[in-house]
Amino acid sequence: MSPQEHALPYPLTPESALEPPREWEGLRRECPVADVHLPNGAPAKLLTRHEDVKAMLADPRFERDIRVGSTAGDAGETGDDSADLSRMVPSTGENHLRWRRLVGRWFTAKRMRQLRPGMERIAEDLIRDMTASGQPADLKASLAFPLPVFVICDMLGVPAEDRERFSRWSDTLLNLTRYTGQEMQAAQREFVDYMAGHIEAKHAEPADDLISALIEQRESGEDGLDDTELLGTSMGLLIAGHETTANMIGKMVSMLLADRSRWERLVSDPSKVRTAVEESLRADANQGFGLTRMVTEDTEVAGETVPEGSAVVCSMAAANRDEHVFSDPDGMDLERVPNPHLAFGTGAHSCLGQALARTELQVTLEVLLRELPTLELASPPEHLERVEGLLVGGLREVPVRW
Amino acid sequence: MKITVDQDACCGAGQCVLIAPDVFDQREEDGIVELLEPEPGADLHADVHEAAQVCPTAAITLHDD
Ligand code: HEM
Repeated sequence: MSPQEHALPYPLTPESALEPPREWEGLRRECPVADVHLPNGAPAKLLTRHEDVKAMLADPRFERDIRVGSTAGDAGETGDDSADLSRMVPSTGENHLRWRRLVGRWFTAKRMRQLRPGMERIAEDLIRDMTASGQPADLKASLAFPLPVFVICDMLGVPAEDRERFSRWSDTLLNLTRYTGQEMQAAQREFVDYMAGHIEAKHAEPADDLISALIEQRESGEDGLDDTELLGTSMGLLIAGHETTANMIGKMVSMLLADRSRWERLVSDPSKVRTAVEESLRADANQGFGLTRMVTEDTEVAGETVPEGSAVVCSMAAANRDEHVFSDPDGMDLERVPNPHLAFGTGAHSCLGQALARTELQVTLEVLLRELPTLELASPPEHLERVEGLLVGGLREVPVRW
Repeated sequence: MKITVDQDACCGAGQCVLIAPDVFDQREEDGIVELLEPEPGADLHADVHEAAQVCPTAAITLHDD
């Protein structure tokens, strides 16, 4: 594999929906800084080792450039710039730090413990509806997709009767299934109108939710977000937190059911849920594009100089199977400790919603194990299909029986 | 064991609080790490080690005696 004769086309194609691309292992061993070309033809460097990916993501000199990632996906034809979080949420320097600290106070682990009972009810209700409509069922459509959007609604203080609309807007904005540009614009307009009214209502009648807390913070004379920033933040959270979590729920359940002894172990010992969730995040080979960084000065990576101006794609999923960090990286050890996977990125820009995502994944798994211990995949794991062409990797459907 | 935390490095991911809630907390005003127990008992050492090893910004330092 080294020296490389041709740049590899990126993203690489995996063997099947839950398995990694065959090239990863060789790249990590022989070619840790690989030449690739992106779908739009642009050249980039691909990093696959844990050490290098971690160092690149944590390096404050190289701030993220989401636009590189999104134009590199095949979203071009639908003009999917709604995925461009950087327009909604400040992504660099002081502005980013300010935003992160203002919003971060809501995303603490303690707050997530408070949200837990509400999440449990959401999971229980969705599972009850799923079982009521008979088997086999698509766990993605019935549980994985609606749960994170309902949780975000609760967080923003959006009443339960408006959840379905939120879910529809989010689906359209995220382009999970294909919509026309017009439908996307209409959804965005409806969402913005709705949120503007919602923020207004929270001014008048604050409650125990993120929007009220951010308004209160501003009005108490401290630094705070203005209404436009609140709107951008709401939209940013929906876009960053819905599709990612929805897909991860589907992939986690599929991986645990693909070898049913994993599921059975957890049914008999649910105290392993926390480490099983981390291991699912680590073992997820279908994470999507990875994170892109623009290298703003010549930089040494794995003994090679990456020249200024290069786009570098960090594959967290490849790094998460690095045999130098994880023993038996292609297996699943549901009790792996510590598990320093990079599924949420790392460093100052690592996922703001990670405590929320972890709690959602843990609650979903706990409730499923309790309510549907007999759960199984309704078709062989090799038949699971990946969603193509999105920044975030996922499965089309997760057919289950119980 | 003695623990120190670097509040300037912390990004508020909350991993340490999820793993060892008796030792770490997050400040109300911005979600940044706060130490509840700088010298935790032996029963907590495994959790504290895990928290330090998975911290996304390596903001937790352990001084073993
Ligand atoms: C399993 C689910 C999730 C995964 C795998 C995930 C992954 C990530 C990753 C890899 C990043 C880093 C981007 C970068 O370094 O450029 C990120 C950033 C971010 N995520 Fe998540 N995420 C998930 C769920 C969520 C949720 C539930 C929310 C909130 C509702 C959220 C909000 C954010 C925000 C706001 C950022 C930007 C942080 C910043 O720039 O400081 N994420 N996420």
